[in-house]
Amino acid sequence: MHFTPFKQAAVILTCLIGVLLVLPNFFAKETLARWPSWVPTRQLSLGLDLRGGAHLLLAMETSEVRKDWLDTLRDDARRRLREAKIGVTGLGVANNAVQVRLAKPEDADSALKELRGIIQPTGNLLVGTSGNDVEIKKADNGVITITPTEVGLQHRIGNAIGAAIETVRRRVDSMGTAEAQIVREGRERILVQVPGLQDTAGLKELIGKTARLTFHEVHPTISASEARQTRVPSGYRVYEAGTREEGAQVLRETPVVRGDELVDAQPAFDSRTNEPVISFRFNNAGARKFGNFTKDHVNQPFAIVLDDQVISAPVIREPILGGSGQISGSFTVETANQLAIQLRSGALPAKLTIVEERTVGPSLGADSIESGKLAGVVGGIATIALTILVYGTFGIFACVGLVVHGVLTVALMTLAGSSLTLPGIAGLVLGIAMAVDANVLIYERIREELRAGKSPIAAIDAGFTRAFVTIADSQLTTLACAFVMFWLGAGPIRGFAVTLTIGILTSIFASVTVVRLLIYYWLRANRGIRRGAEVPV
Amino acid sequence: MRFIPNFKGFDFFPHNTRLPFMRYKGLCFGLSVAAMLISLAIIGVRSFNYGVDFKGGSLIEVQSTSGPADVAQLRERLNKLGVGAVQIQSFGGPTDVLIRVEQQPGGEGEQQAALKKVQEALGTRYAQRRVEVVGPAVSGELRMTGFIAVAAGLLAIVAYVWFRFEWQFALGAIVALTHDVLVTAGIFSLFQLEFDLSIVAALLTILGYSVNDTVVVSDRIRENLRKFKRMDLNELLNISINETLSRTILTGCTAIAVLVALYAFGGEVIRNFNLAMLLGVVIGTYSSIFIAAPLLGYLGVRRDWSGGPAAKPSKSQAATSSQRLNVASK
Repeated sequence: MHFTPFKQAAVILTCLIGVLLVLPNFFAKETLARWPSWVPTRQLSLGLDLRGGAHLLLAMETSEVRKDWLDTLRDDARRRLREAKIGVTGLGVANNAVQVRLAKPEDADSALKELRGIIQPTGNLLVGTSGNDVEIKKADNGVITITPTEVGLQHRIGNAIGAAIETVRRRVDSMGTAEAQIVREGRERILVQVPGLQDTAGLKELIGKTARLTFHEVHPTISASEARQTRVPSGYRVYEAGTREEGAQVLRETPVVRGDELVDAQPAFDSRTNEPVISFRFNNAGARKFGNFTKDHVNQPFAIVLDDQVISAPVIREPILGGSGQISGSFTVETANQLAIQLRSGALPAKLTIVEERTVGPSLGADSIESGKLAGVVGGIATIALTILVYGTFGIFACVGLVVHGVLTVALMTLAGSSLTLPGIAGLVLGIAMAVDANVLIYERIREELRAGKSPIAAIDAGFTRAFVTIADSQLTTLACAFVMFWLGAGPIRGFAVTLTIGILTSIFASVTVVRLLIYYWLRANRGIRRGAEVPV
Repeated sequence: MRFIPNFKGFDFFPHNTRLPFMRYKGLCFGLSVAAMLISLAIIGVRSFNYGVDFKGGSLIEVQSTSGPADVAQLRERLNKLGVGAVQIQSFGGPTDVLIRVEQQPGGEGEQQAALKKVQEALGTRYAQRRVEVVGPAVSGELRMTGFIAVAAGLLAIVAYVWFRFEWQFALGAIVALTHDVLVTAGIFSLFQLEFDLSIVAALLTILGYSVNDTVVVSDRIRENLRKFKRMDLNELLNISINETLSRTILTGCTAIAVLVALYAFGGEVIRNFNLAMLLGVVIGTYSSIFIAAPLLGYLGVRRDWSGGPAAKPSKSQAATSSQRLNVASK
């Protein structure tokens, strides 16, 4: 039972730092702004279940990523073979691969040489997942297949997810909500957390659309119904109507201009009809392409297609050379605004579907905080009363330890930046009960040693040393449990595991070291105590 | 320090108790095994009332903005939407209602479509306080993760106990812990209480708490094994349980007091979670006294802790408690 002055100072300093770190939680943000810069002002962040907000888990349609890539590979192969003047009789996508049928079998070697230029090394060399992104093989019947590899596909999906996160972030930010968290989760999912959001329907609407905008040439003679009955001409496709005013159209599959060449899109009103429209502007390359196309197709219709649906098919009255124009398509002010946001923030590389949604309204969050506080206070008082009743003066020391435990737990959580959730509050309160257990073990041991006739100092000393083995064992097993929860857990379980872990770590310091220091001071203050004297435990 | 009055605590528990736990070990054991089997049977027959986390579908908590909620009217209106059976129950106060929409056939998109229908039908009279939608892919994953989490937690604990003690202790711990998890889960199945992700967290915490109790008793057994090398094993186990009894009960009481407070005041959202923990603490305390330690009496433990194979318990080595006290006071 000895504490060097250095050790005493270290224990007390730790407690004071803990108090300093917890202090900001009791003040309003405006007050904190006026504090001097050296004082910590970070507050414990609350989980979505306590402060209210939306939690959306989005999954990417990876089949779309694969299809897009195969289309790109097909176009690439066609371009390379055309440039090398190698004739083909068939070139298309089948069985998740691009298949090339050469016109002359003797071209096979030069075709393979050309096509190998497509191959790109990809993947991560460090983790040993590197390799080529496609495999090119020649079958005996002279068909060359270009097959994407798993490594290549993963790489594409990774890129697509990264791009989707950026797009979703721009869209969410444009709603004017701060502090939104958008992160990748697992292989093909994105987690969106927006604290304090009320309008989840709007949010879902906004991120649910791919917003892939394309401008297409309309087939000059064949209508959609004719094409459905007979045959769709090669290179063309039937696109469904996206609004009630438009009909389905037969359009050239390769677009004239894509939405990624837009530099701006804003909601506006048509100067003549006064209906909501979206005005847009292309970049230079886009403007040139669009200008050339409209020059060659005056008095013919062209189609504006959003997510493979025709939203407008106006007739070109005169060449549009300035690179700007407007889209009308029976919008309301709201949908025009939404579409403008989606167009500005760029298209999503593939469709995102909501696979999990958890939204908590602010009123429920506030109620939960209130009940959590009440339960915490009642539980705390019950624990303190029970401890003092059973262990007297030493019980008071244990309660001081408990307060230190609570303070340090909150301090560490603030430092670690982990947020407090509803199950987290339960974990916090349970952590207090577990911290009491350490003191119960020590005090029961001291009582036992006293009954065995040991002197107060020897009994206290033995109580701490002997009980410590048990405390360490029991805390470590709980820690093992908490780690498993964190490792495997999702959402609420994880928050609980974090609080439990921090609670266990601090309880050893608070319930053992701090209480031990207090008893050391008590022993010093009661120097006269001898064998057989009363120990207030 | 001089300002703090010196006063002794109120020592509730009689000391040097010799409650004959080990004499009834057969009975306790039989009861515990029966409880486990019954729980398994109940789970087998009734299964669980899975929440949206595991079953998929939607859950909407609404609060009436004018007067008490009209559950009957809501039920009639929402069941006409063609989104399958819609379950409606009041939740906490008279204004609060919980609406459950079952998982829709089809894919992920159908869940959102059903939710939209229900939300539109609710109109402005009901404010939506909480919405949870879990699609088929995620609910399947969560079910799997939940199961693995409990199994992995169990294994992690057993590995630790094995490492720190002996295999007999680890076996005792695993039987006690399995008992706790099974019986708690059995009660949830019997009363068809909602079983969701938070209950898995509760089960894991129960594992942690129960093993905590078991380790405390095991520690004392090991200590006594070193101290009384020739004492009859059953007697030694009994003494160890008795010596740690005051601690077991006091810690149990504190935990129960705190959990009762959480259950009563912690709010409707985590009521089931707190109930599971409360049940678990009671069951866990029981199991460490009546299962883990008595099992050692059957299995036998290594008596010579300076090395050597495990010895079978032997009646001839019986020592009286007076002998024990003599040793203790030396």
